[in-house]
Amino acid sequence: MPDKITISINGTEIKTEEGKSILSVCKENDIHIPVMCHFPGLTDVGACRLCLCEVKGYNKLLPACTTLVAENMEIQTHTEKLKEYRRVIVEMFFSERNHMCSICVANTNCELQDMATEVGMQHVRFPFLNQECAVDASHPKYVIDHNRCIMCTRCVRVCSEVEGAHNWDVKNRGYNARVISDFDQPWGESETCTSCGKCLNVCPTGALWAKGSVQGKLDKFPEKITDLIEKRGIH
Amino acid sequence: MKKKIATVWLAGCSGCHMSLLDMDERILDVLAVADIVKSPIVDGKKLPEVDVTVVEGAVGADEHIEEIKHIRKQSKVLVSLGDCAINGNISAMRNFYTVQDALERSYADSDTNDAPQIPGCEDILTLDKKVVPLHDIVKVDYYIPGCPPTGDMIFYVLNEILNDRVPDLQKEGGLKNG
Repeated sequence: MPDKITISINGTEIKTEEGKSILSVCKENDIHIPVMCHFPGLTDVGACRLCLCEVKGYNKLLPACTTLVAENMEIQTHTEKLKEYRRVIVEMFFSERNHMCSICVANTNCELQDMATEVGMQHVRFPFLNQECAVDASHPKYVIDHNRCIMCTRCVRVCSEVEGAHNWDVKNRGYNARVISDFDQPWGESETCTSCGKCLNVCPTGALWAKGSVQGKLDKFPEKITDLIEKRGIH
Repeated sequence: MKKKIATVWLAGCSGCHMSLLDMDERILDVLAVADIVKSPIVDGKKLPEVDVTVVEGAVGADEHIEEIKHIRKQSKVLVSLGDCAINGNISAMRNFYTVQDALERSYADSDTNDAPQIPGCEDILTLDKKVVPLHDIVKVDYYIPGCPPTGDMIFYVLNEILNDRVPDLQKEGGLKNG
């Protein structure tokens, strides 16, 4: 049995166990932290930075998904500073690539749109980078549109950890980072892709979708992936 | 005294103004408290001093920059109407290409064009290299998202502003609209 510990979140004392992340303790206690790269059952990587929290004694902000709780930890999840940072992060998602909701398949069924509403974003205060991003439609069934990708890497993790194919990976750094198929080859030429479609269902935006999807009509079933992970007992 | 409203259309497609008309009979409620003194759907006059200006479309040409600066000077409240005004949207998709390439694609290489000719004369506006949202040039007070925003949303925002209240778009669904 893991050791019982006591921590404080937003001033409330919480009894929990060692080995859990701040995010999972918050979930158990109905404290909602905005998060985009986290997906239940997949390894957390702290990619989106939305779940950043203040922990007393640390001068840096720590991501709730990859930071484990420890005895007497004092955590703040919703300070004014954090709320402002979260808004800045979402605005940066929008300014980095080309999120044109009006012509996007995921319009009105998009976690990025929901997140923008949640953090109170009304416009983007930063200049748009206007990067020209590729759309790879070489796969017979699916499309990857890098314009909409926010580099949460959920597709990379679900492909590797649940499907076991590891078709997806990441190249480059910073705003040049891109999700790649195999060794940066067209998706249609992939030798590892099993065409299972798991990546489509975990994608929070309209970056991955099945051919034939039309604007604003994308169906996604992330709960199916969660179900599968639970049934297989992958953790 | 009745308030004055103006509506202006820059680099957009007029869809937002169509949505403005989707307020239907509620436009009478707006007209009860305010006069529309300038709009593409009424007469083209010079913009007088107004209480509220609603601007559709992004800034994509020299003329637009002058116009939006003039609008800001004349208006107490400036509202960005629709995704083009707020983030460039479709209008900004030519930002990946040079102006010349964009013009050639539209007027010369277009499949439906049997007499290719790029229009060029001093009376028509000159396109800027980049299309930018309104708030890159001037201060914007309120944002109505959507492509196009719904008539309901536009009415809500106008009604709040004209009755000296602050519209809360968060409550109204924010980006989800449209």
